Amino acid sequence: MIDILYFAWMRERIGLPKEQVETGAATVADLIDELIAREERYAVAFADLRAIRVAVDQVLVGFDAPIAKAREVAFFPPMTGG
Amino acid sequence: MSVRVQAGDFDPAEVLAGFGTGAGAVVTFTGQVRDLDGGGLLRMEIEHYPAMTEPAIAAMVAEARRRWSLSDVLVIHRFGALVPGERIMMVATAARHRAGAFAAAEFLMDYLKSRAPFWKKEITEAGATWVEGKDADEVALGRWG
Repeated sequence: MIDILYFAWMRERIGLPKEQVETGAATVADLIDELIAREERYAVAFADLRAIRVAVDQVLVGFDAPIAKAREVAFFPPMTGG
Repeated sequence: MSVRVQAGDFDPAEVLAGFGTGAGAVVTFTGQVRDLDGGGLLRMEIEHYPAMTEPAIAAMVAEARRRWSLSDVLVIHRFGALVPGERIMMVATAARHRAGAFAAAEFLMDYLKSRAPFWKKEITEAGATWVEGKDADEVALGRWG
């Protein structure tokens, strides 16, 4: 089981802040493909990957990052701190 | 060295008491909620990723300390609902000379803008809009190599 977190408009489009999923995905990109295949709202939220950032276990990574040993994957738009 | 992520306001004089004692240069920057051009901002809602925010900022501070000889660093960033004019954040750096203190403060500001997991939403009478990351923010990061 892996925790998936969503922030900002990703959270709003998917309709929840966090969920647990059973996945055999090897990478973040594989996980996204699995999610998109589940329901339309995921396909909408993940439509433009250029507008999405991802963190695996609280560290920013690319979509090709492995997640086999990850506990938590977070998806969110580009950050706007400061 | 101190990183604080908090909902409440802070008093700059209080948080800077004793900061950088003995340093030749202390630089402080305070960010405040800016109203929209023409006004109308009711509030700014800042969301963050609690498990990641402090570690991400601590990593930026560690990188700043690797690049410049800093005797002290303070980063405060608020989250939650803020109205125009309220303080959002503060960066303070202390070094022997001003060049390092200024550069490290700029470095931290640039990284906080687009690498610390905060998201701003602007609320007006017309509705709510997520603030979009700017290309200029990415360009600003580029100058640090």
